[in-house]
Amino acid sequence: MAEKMYPITLTVNGEKKEAQVEARMLLVHFLREQLSMTGTHIGCDTTSCGACTIILDGRPVKSCTVFAVQADGRSLRTVEGLEQDSKLHAIQDGFHQEHGLQCGFCTPGMMMTTVALLERNAAPTELEIRQAISGNLCRCTGYVNIVKAVQHASAAMLAAKTAKTAAPATAEPVAAGRG
Amino acid sequence: MVIPPKFAYQPARDLAHAFQLLAQGGGEAKILAGGQSLIPLMRFRLASPAALIDLNRVPGLAYIIENGDLRIGALTREYELETDAVIRTRYPILAETAAVIADPLVRNLATVGGNLAHADPANDHPATMLALRASVVARSAKGERVIPIDELFVDTFQTSLRPDEILTEIRIPRRGPKTGGAYLKLERKVGDFAIAGVAAYLVLDDRGNVKSAGIGLTNVGSTAIRAKKAEAALVGNAPDDKAIAAAAAAASAESQPTGDLRGPAEYKRDVVRVLTSRAIRSAVARAKGGS
Repeated sequence: MAEKMYPITLTVNGEKKEAQVEARMLLVHFLREQLSMTGTHIGCDTTSCGACTIILDGRPVKSCTVFAVQADGRSLRTVEGLEQDSKLHAIQDGFHQEHGLQCGFCTPGMMMTTVALLERNAAPTELEIRQAISGNLCRCTGYVNIVKAVQHASAAMLAAKTAKTAAPATAEPVAAGRG
Repeated sequence: MVIPPKFAYQPARDLAHAFQLLAQGGGEAKILAGGQSLIPLMRFRLASPAALIDLNRVPGLAYIIENGDLRIGALTREYELETDAVIRTRYPILAETAAVIADPLVRNLATVGGNLAHADPANDHPATMLALRASVVARSAKGERVIPIDELFVDTFQTSLRPDEILTEIRIPRRGPKTGGAYLKLERKVGDFAIAGVAAYLVLDDRGNVKSAGIGLTNVGSTAIRAKKAEAALVGNAPDDKAIAAAAAAASAESQPTGDLRGPAEYKRDVVRVLTSRAIRSAVARAKGGS
């Protein structure tokens, strides 16, 4: 018997998507297999590692622990949506500048968690950063450079905001400016 | 890839619709709230409900209101308990409990109602709710009943909720003066279940003696345990070193841990003793300080 398909409409990185999914399809599988958006990783398959973190209606969640059908009518953001107009997001630049990764497998999840953090708290303390990423496991770095990457992004985003306020007519999004 | 078994997805429009879907499910349907315990269980094939009734689209199930007693909607997310101003200032034990559940990503979806209805002795809210003398509201097509928390947990993953009922609200007696509580959890790492956890909630009288005490224990038995002898060791006494040591020893004796990869039973009993002592001290400080 063919499995029942459920129609869903959702917004992914600002784009409207319509699809048919099985009830049991997890959101991460939907992203990777049906939308071919493989930036969101599957690390542990057990709701432990946070590699699959995406932002669902403004809050970072593990996309391996949500059914795709539950995302019907909702808005989500993935790592693919960070770069805008060929410019890296400040968090991507931060991970680059501070070498916030080694193998890179946890990085998409780390970035989605910390983008959500910085949107809520523009200048988090080191403790707040460490608490925010406590559901994202990295087995390479020891987290030191990840924390620095987030601090780098925080400073860049604050500087960009200040520049914008000071000179709104000429302000460039400096957050992503590298060299 | 770990894929859950097939099921029928049934988003409930409102509670009446949810009750109707539950009746149609004939005991084979499960309620889906935050899904942070249920979905992993389904992926491990430890649960294979024929249908999931999704409550997430039912309006009006997520709220925190202190009007007389404290009322928390079952669908309130853990992060809301962590950050809510009333909870943080008036019921810090609840914010403290929410803040050590799983990890921040899980807490963005996990719900307080789900944490209780799942009845996992390793979950953190049950012990705190036992200490707080909470009750839960169970609603069905026939009406509603209020279940004292002492009567909710029957066994591991088993509650006294009837098959046609949905846990919709948690009620906590209004915090009066000279009242304080604390929840302490020892875990190997963020995201792990407790080696042991202890909730303490105390009301002091005008002389500073303990008027009432609630002590709840996490993950040291087949359900969360209310440590009644530990409570009795405190009530009527000044919360001094002697009374606290007696209560901590009693809680340790009332715990029923089993040895596992989180440690042998003797170790866990001692963790209960130490955490009970610390949780009581913290509760006393808060009761005296008013925060």
